[in-house]
Amino acid sequence: MNLLVLKLIAQRIALGILLLFLVSILIFAGTQILPGDVAQSILGQGATDQALANLRREMGLDDPAVTRYFNWLGGILQGDMGTALSNNRDIASSLWGRAQNTLFLAFWTALVAVPLAIILGLVAVRYQNRWPDRAISGTTLTAISLPEFFVGYVLMYFFAVKLGWFPSVSTVYDGMPFADRMMAIALPAATLTLIILAHMMRMTRAAILNVMQSAYVETAELKGLGGLKIIWRHAFPNSVAPVVNVVMLNLAFLVVGVVVIEVIFVYPGLGQYLIDHVAKRDVPVVQAVGLIFAAVYIGLNMVADIVSILANPRLRHPK
Amino acid sequence: MSKSNELQFLSEQVIKGRLSRRDFLGRATALGLTLPFAGSMLSGAVMAAGPQKGGILKAGMQGGESTDSLDPASWTSQVQHSFGQSWGEALTNVSPDGQLVPRLAEEVGSSPDAKQWTFKIRRGVLFHNGKELEASDVVATLERHSDEDSKSGALGIMRGIESIKATGKYEVVINTTEPNADLPFLLSDYHLMIQPNGGKDAPDAGIGTGPYKVTEFEPGVRHRAVRFGEYWNLDEFGHADEIEITVINDSTARTSALQSRQIHIANRIEPRIVQMVERIPHVTVQSVSGRAHYVFLMHCDTAPFDNKDLRLALKYAMDREDMVNRILRGYGTVGNDFPINSAYPLFPEGIPQREYDPDRAKYHYDRSGHDGPIVLRTSDVAFPGAVDAAQLYRESCAKAGINIEVRREPGDGYWSEVWNNQPFCTSYWSGRPTQDQMYSTAYISTADWNDTNFYRDDFDRLARQARGELDEAKRSDMYRQMALMVRDDGGLILPMFNDYIEATTDQVVGWDPHPMGEMMSGFALSRCWLTA
Repeated sequence: MNLLVLKLIAQRIALGILLLFLVSILIFAGTQILPGDVAQSILGQGATDQALANLRREMGLDDPAVTRYFNWLGGILQGDMGTALSNNRDIASSLWGRAQNTLFLAFWTALVAVPLAIILGLVAVRYQNRWPDRAISGTTLTAISLPEFFVGYVLMYFFAVKLGWFPSVSTVYDGMPFADRMMAIALPAATLTLIILAHMMRMTRAAILNVMQSAYVETAELKGLGGLKIIWRHAFPNSVAPVVNVVMLNLAFLVVGVVVIEVIFVYPGLGQYLIDHVAKRDVPVVQAVGLIFAAVYIGLNMVADIVSILANPRLRHPK
Repeated sequence: MSKSNELQFLSEQVIKGRLSRRDFLGRATALGLTLPFAGSMLSGAVMAAGPQKGGILKAGMQGGESTDSLDPASWTSQVQHSFGQSWGEALTNVSPDGQLVPRLAEEVGSSPDAKQWTFKIRRGVLFHNGKELEASDVVATLERHSDEDSKSGALGIMRGIESIKATGKYEVVINTTEPNADLPFLLSDYHLMIQPNGGKDAPDAGIGTGPYKVTEFEPGVRHRAVRFGEYWNLDEFGHADEIEITVINDSTARTSALQSRQIHIANRIEPRIVQMVERIPHVTVQSVSGRAHYVFLMHCDTAPFDNKDLRLALKYAMDREDMVNRILRGYGTVGNDFPINSAYPLFPEGIPQREYDPDRAKYHYDRSGHDGPIVLRTSDVAFPGAVDAAQLYRESCAKAGINIEVRREPGDGYWSEVWNNQPFCTSYWSGRPTQDQMYSTAYISTADWNDTNFYRDDFDRLARQARGELDEAKRSDMYRQMALMVRDDGGLILPMFNDYIEATTDQVVGWDPHPMGEMMSGFALSRCWLTA
């Protein structure tokens, strides 16, 4: 039995790696067909033909694509992502700093948002169609319906400008004391929490309601267990798979999809880093960041699959 | 104590740090002063007391990207410009009224034909790494920027230079291929920061002779620098202990940061929100009319714009006042179809202002014999509000019976596909240090960026003559003729010069607007100081 589980998990991981490899080909091909070229974008309005030719030669843009792909992949496997074309800085080290910031924000947001969403979901089920359910659904749905920049500006206006409790500029830097760092991310984390809360809460609620109709829940009720206890002990474990899937999708969003929040709160994360380099056609950086984003998505979905397999014995015997 | 004596006393207390600003305002209003007056009285007193040292001066700026570098040759944006002016120094500077200010060059002299220039280098100036500045560093810097392979933003300026030689430990002689009376002005360009050995060893080391030493450089996020204790001119520069630039590209975030006092200075306040920013009690809006301008460009050699009557028709069909009011919300001045305004030295006074005249436009349009729509290409990246400006222009042309078809182009690729390629489009220019530089960059036949395809031999000849003319009266007469040629015959429609709009909190003193560029032409961080 255990061996079977291990085999399934190993398969998932292998599949993930294969997928990542395919994505790397896609990313490379995709960046090749972007309009314009790096030299033109770096020099911008001031490009003269002479300068363009010099720059193209210097950056090796004349080599064939396949050669460049394997050079690139080989480098990445050795942890060498190359240097940014636009400012000659080492990509791996600048990227790592930005990735740390992104993960820091994502981690603390998730730490608040995920338990909160699940607890709210459980409460909503317990008081289904009564006022707590309505209040929870109403507020979270309102928050998700508003565009994220709007939620961000509203929080900024009240908590940074009017009350002055938190800074409106969330720039973090190396060597910043932990307490300052937490103050800095308070508003972006709160905004992100409001945005991802409803999604996870609604899924928790729906998944649990689904199993609440089951015979074993009725049995549990008949043997006299209390409402929340039935939900927590019997219904929730059986609905964990869809919840984990949604949680993982939202975590992936926290890593790869928060560029708007980064811009309005001036948070130095991966999103802004990527966009600046896309605008300059800085292909090596775009490729590296693209690959990292893909790895995050694939990795988190893999985790979701594995958790589902462990939580649901039926999935261990695929037909 | 009489009222005014008491106020005087109170302001002095503030300056000495014995009374907070808030308390001063409180007591002053108790004496019956209105708040704005009390505020201005205090800033007057603080200004008069001279610069105060100390504090961390923080700016929140638009115009930084994670692709930025510390190599001066690569600079293109405002953040790099302002940070660069804080840690680096050029040979010369230009003052707000257009005078040459010696900086690393103590003295500048030229041969009578303006072809040989001698720069005496200031003695005893130290680089941040402890090395003394010598003529060889200056020569190496200028050489690096003259190299065609350098991709330097100052390459255009360096093209006219024939040779650069050190003729002593503290003397540099520059020979130009043609007479150039503007050379010392051109060397004030912010790309030409003097670096040890010209930055040939480590172009992006961030080591210069400026009043601040780079301590943190995180491109597109945050730049920080600390006062360089051995700087040679600490009386005028380097008042704050530390300076910091946070890149805040989002306009709302920049304003919020200013409002919540997280920063002292914000650049690029958008005209549409200036009035709201003015209402924040502790914030002052600083605007200065500069040399930057928004333009509509016609190619003089492409049909139908190769017809002078059509060009004139399109010039008379431009409602400049309306543009300034609606696109710039009044933060700008009307243009007169030549790229020079009174912010330049030797500005040709008295050239009649071209007004919106639909009848005259119609007259010239009919004479041109053109029929059918004229395509005008535009994009948001051309200048803020460019698409709206194009629509307004379409309306004002319609009144003269001219049919403009506005075609909106993607911002991506606008500078490579549309500008300088399509015969009629919108664009912008920032100013240049001198009139000659502006004309040489974009209006003489050989200019790389002659974006109106304006080819006139007599114009080129005049430009060359004016460049070598040391007599100012003769020179300004030549500039008048050149302005008239561009205005009446060129492909340039110049509806407006846009102001630079910035905002500071009440803690910032010493703000001295500079028409050459944003942030006091980049000197805001090194020349302003903080009050309690």
